[in-house]
This record gives sequence, structure tokens and C-alpha cells, in this order.
Amino acid sequence: MRLVLVGTSYQRAPVELRELLAYDPELRREALGRLSVEGAEAAVLSTCNRTEVYAVDAEPGALEERIYGELAGLSGLSHSELAPALYSVADEAAALHLFRVAAGLDSMVPGEAQILGQVREAYEAARATETTGPILHRLFRQALRVGKRVRTETAIGENPASVSSAAAELAERVFEGLAGRRILLLGAGKTADLTAANLISRGVGEIVVANRSRERAEALARRLGGRAVGLDAVVEEVALADVVVASTSSQGFVLSGAQVERAMKERRGRPIFFIDIAVPRDLDPAINELEDCYLYDIDDLERVVAESVAGRREEAVRAEAIASEEADAFRAWQLSLDVVPAIASLRARAESIRREELERAERRLASLSPSQRRAVEALTSQIVAKLLHQPTVRLKEAAAAADGVLYADAVRHLFGLGDDADSPRQSRQ
Amino acid sequence: MGEVALLLFWPALAGYAEAAVAYAGDTVRPGRLVRYAIWGVRLGWLAQTALLVAQAAGADGFPWGSWAGSLNLFVWMCVGVYLIWGCRAPFRLLGLVVMPLAALLLVLAWAAGGVGEPARSEFGDVFLAFHVGLILAAFAGFTLAAALAALYLWQERRLKRRAAGVLRLRAPSLETLDALTVRTIAVALPALTLGIGIGLARLESESAGFDAIMGVTLLTWVVYAAFLVLRLEAGRRGRRAAYLALAGFALVVLVRVVLTPFAHF
Repeated sequence: MRLVLVGTSYQRAPVELRELLAYDPELRREALGRLSVEGAEAAVLSTCNRTEVYAVDAEPGALEERIYGELAGLSGLSHSELAPALYSVADEAAALHLFRVAAGLDSMVPGEAQILGQVREAYEAARATETTGPILHRLFRQALRVGKRVRTETAIGENPASVSSAAAELAERVFEGLAGRRILLLGAGKTADLTAANLISRGVGEIVVANRSRERAEALARRLGGRAVGLDAVVEEVALADVVVASTSSQGFVLSGAQVERAMKERRGRPIFFIDIAVPRDLDPAINELEDCYLYDIDDLERVVAESVAGRREEAVRAEAIASEEADAFRAWQLSLDVVPAIASLRARAESIRREELERAERRLASLSPSQRRAVEALTSQIVAKLLHQPTVRLKEAAAAADGVLYADAVRHLFGLGDDADSPRQSRQ
Repeated sequence: MGEVALLLFWPALAGYAEAAVAYAGDTVRPGRLVRYAIWGVRLGWLAQTALLVAQAAGADGFPWGSWAGSLNLFVWMCVGVYLIWGCRAPFRLLGLVVMPLAALLLVLAWAAGGVGEPARSEFGDVFLAFHVGLILAAFAGFTLAAALAALYLWQERRLKRRAAGVLRLRAPSLETLDALTVRTIAVALPALTLGIGIGLARLESESAGFDAIMGVTLLTWVVYAAFLVLRLEAGRRGRRAAYLALAGFALVVLVRVVLTPFAHF
């Protein structure tokens, strides 16, 4: 049984092609049904940045062809048009790929957290359609563990990777959390909206929107659950706000240092954080010189993000080591499957011998009381278990090496075991 | 017991020194060494606790009456207070200030003979033990408040300068640091007040003279009391409050390091 991965990602395919290869939940359910014919295992990971099909079958060549056909059918493109955009790997390499994906190592921004949820969702969807078997179960559960391990043991996901999240995190370096804080938005454009959304997700209390056009201010305030004021009321609002986000299209400063200095007199030393994402800038740089005022413009924020992403890349080296270590563990487990049938046959044979011998001795044991009979049962079972313990351990150890199958054959030969009917790699649980 | 105490000094020092080095290493590569730092603090503090117990068991009267002995107790209190919440992730940077200081002061206590067999103390009565204990506990609190204030100023400076790497090191928010400084001082000041009160009562009953230590200790009380009044009543916070906390700590250093070694009890 081989594990095969065929897929594409933002590194290989432009967005136009990724759109054609995207699965919605319904399409994915149908695809899983088609891919899992004759007991094959299948799972589909489909995000805005990638579409990947993981499948397990005894015939990897035919399976790969089936996946290519599935993706061609989905996109409406021919095999030759699609092939350059697709990658295809098997077994350990496929496992390593999924572990890297779950760890965020294959993402546009290293360590981004969303992908782990998407891997979980792909696994859940495959489980719901009953197209997972022992190998994909193990693969996806281990991938989810790798994702968690990487985020716990490294700092890859700790620092912000976008201007809006950097702004929010900086604000959290000033305030003890943003819950219940008052935010003043200067401008009602798209950028103000994005930054506000990030701050709202952190639990801000009240949002005030100030804009030259009162109508747009009211529209945004309604959507964000805040209130609107005119630009003439800004100084009064600054005296009350904790965070000010400026993103108007004004050609001059909307707030001067002198205006903020006046507002600060009413704040009794309470700090205030200014985010200026407008170009040209809305806030006078002199504001940062005032006590308890912290001002970051778009360049400052982009520098913070660049540094943060660089830090994530450094941490990625450690994360890669974790992913490799887990891929090795997966490989060892996959190889151990080759000896599992031999171990199962050996144990079954030993158990049947024990039963036969007990039945043969039935007449001599007839005089035993029920408790004495239970003692004999336990004793013989223990002897069998102890005799088989060491060979089982050794066989599993040998399975990880190249000659693992030879050991399994030797055991079959020595104990006269037949061919294995039920292999975990051959049957889906 | 004195020999046992001396033996326990080394693991205590090793724990604190290891923690100081690990905290420093953690600033270079965040997240990797902090676990070792925290264990260093815990094990070092446990070893020092055992050291103090051994000293107390073999002492006749209050065992930390000498300057060196009280320094030993002071270090234990500082690390103990730090252990309560200092080891939490956002406060790791505090360890950079507290642990090297603890290791250094412990060495100083050892060099001056404060970690072995305690000298026969003149602080025989319970009141004097309370007097010294309370003042040391208050000073330990002020030391921690100073570390918090220093961290506040460092963090505030980084935010003002808009350093690109401002988010790379995990640190508590300015508001948290400010609030914790106030809370620590609010707890330590009553202890100092009580300690001074007991000292003044003893002074009156024994008709002893007023000396420089007493004067500077009273001045310290005035500074921290002013800090609390300005912070809680007048709303003075932030950088100015941090500077005032550091000014108070300068007086603590003056009392503990400059004046006390030359004092006669």
C-alpha cells in the first residue's frame, strides 16, 4: 500500500488556475467518493493557496492517474495543460510535505495559523465520508500534532505578519489588553475597516468613526457597531480614546501635535496609541514626542512586520527539524506495517496451540475446580505472551530497517505460518 | 549547622547564576532557555530556603542580625517575591534584572560571612526580629518595584523609538508594569511603616540615638509615600512614576549597601 500526494499550490499555480482547482465541500465529498473506489483511502485539502489530494492504494501508478483525472475533470483542463502545475510525491515525502504544510512552513507567511485548521477540516471531511483508513488516519493525526508542536516549541507563529495585526499587537504593548478600550477611527475607507476589524477581534469596547463625509462615517459605524462624529469633534474624542487609527485621504495633517497636547491635559497621564496608515500622513509626527503618546506610521509598521517575518523565517529552521523528525517516525510506523501481519499470524498460531493443548488435556483437568481452571488458563496465556513478547519487539524494530520484510518471512517460514489475509495496509479499518 | 548552611550556599548560588545566564541567553534566542532559567530560580530558591532553615536551626536568637546575614535573607525575599509572578511569560525580562542582582548580593553575603554559622545576635527579642524582617521584606518589595520600573522605562523607550524589533521580545504592557509597580509598593510600604514603628518604639525605650540609617530609611518612606499619593490621588503615572520608584530604590541601596555595613547595633 502506497501513500500518494498529487496537488498544486501558490508556488506552482497562479490564482486563475487555483480557482479552477478549488473544491467546495459538496464537490469535495463527491471527489472523495470517486477517489476511494475499491477500498482506497482519500482526503482532499483545498484552501485558497493549495489543492492537494492524499490517497492510499496498492497500485500507486493507477491511483496517481485517477487523481490526475479527477483534477482534470474538476478544472476542465487537459492532462498536459495541468501537469506542469502539479506535483506528485509518495510515502515519506508525502508525509513530510503534509507535516510542513500543517506547520505553516509551506505557507506564504511562515507559521500562519489558519492552515492548521484547514488541515483539520480536510481530515474531518474525509472521516465524514468514510474515506480514511489506518494510513490516512495516522498521517493526518500526526500532521495535526506536528502543527501544534511547531507552534508550541518554536516562536514561528508569535509575531504579527500583517500591518493590521502589528498595529493591534503594538497597542497591546501599551495597554493591558484591548478589551473594553475606546477606538477612534479617522477616515472611513477600506484600510480603516481592516485595522478596525483586527482590533474588534481583540475585544475593543467602543468604536467612534470620524470622517469628512458624515454619511460614510455613519455607514461604517453602523457596520462596526459604533457611533459616528464629524471631523470637527476629533480633539474632544482624542481626549477620551485609547487607540486612534488614521486613514483619511486628506492632503494635510488631520491632527496636529498642539491639538493632541491640548487633549492630553484632560487624560491625567493615561497613554494613547496612534496608528497612522494614511499616505500622505494624517498625524503630525510631533505627536510621538509628547509624553504618553505613541505614534506609528505605515513605514514604522511595515518595518515591524518585516522584522517579525524575518524572525519567523529563523524559527522555521527549527520547525523544519521537527517536521523531519515526525516524517521519520511516520516512515518507521509505515514500515512496521509490513511485519504486523506476521506478528498477528504468529500470535494466532500460538493461541491456537494453547487452546488445542488445553482441550487435549480436558479429561485430566476435569477434576479441577473453576478457580483452579482459571489459574491454568491464566498461566498458559502468560507463558505464550512472555514467549512472544521479545520476538514481537524485535520484529517491530527490524521493520524500520531495510531487511524488516526478510525477518517477517523468516518468522513465517520457521513457524509454518500461511500468507497473511488481513494486513492493516491492505484493509481499511 | 553552619557547615550545612555553607554547603547549601553553592547550589543556591549555582541556581541563581544559571538562571541569570539562561535569561540573558533567552533574549538572544527567545523561548529556548527560559525553561532552564525558571528551574534555576526555583531550585536556587529552594536551596537558599534550606540554607536559611539550617542557619535558623543552629542560631541563638535572630540569625540574620548582621549586615551580611540580613543581605542573605534579603536576597531570599527578593527571589521569593519574584517567584510569585515573575516567572510568567510576559515578565521573563524581569529575570534579567532580578537574577544577576540576586546572585551578586548572595556572593556579597557569603564573602561577608552571612551564609555560614550565624554570629551571636544582639537581636534576641521578637520585636527586633520583626523590625529587621519587616524592613527587609519592604526593601525586597521596593527592589522588585524598581525592576518593574526599569522594565517600564526600557519598554517605553523602545516603543517611542519605534524599533523594528519591538515585538520580538515578549514583555508586559506599559499599563501592566505601571499597575504592578504601584501594587508592589502599596504592599511594601505598610511593611516598612510597621518596621519603622517598631524601631522607633525600641529607640524610645532604650533611649538610643538617631543615626544616618534611620534618617535615610525615613526619607525612603517619604519618597514611596509620595509615590503612592501622586500615583493614586494625582493620577501621575508612566515615566515620571517610574523615575520616582527608581529614586526610592536608590535610597534603599544607600541604606543596604552603603550605610548598614558600618552601622553598630
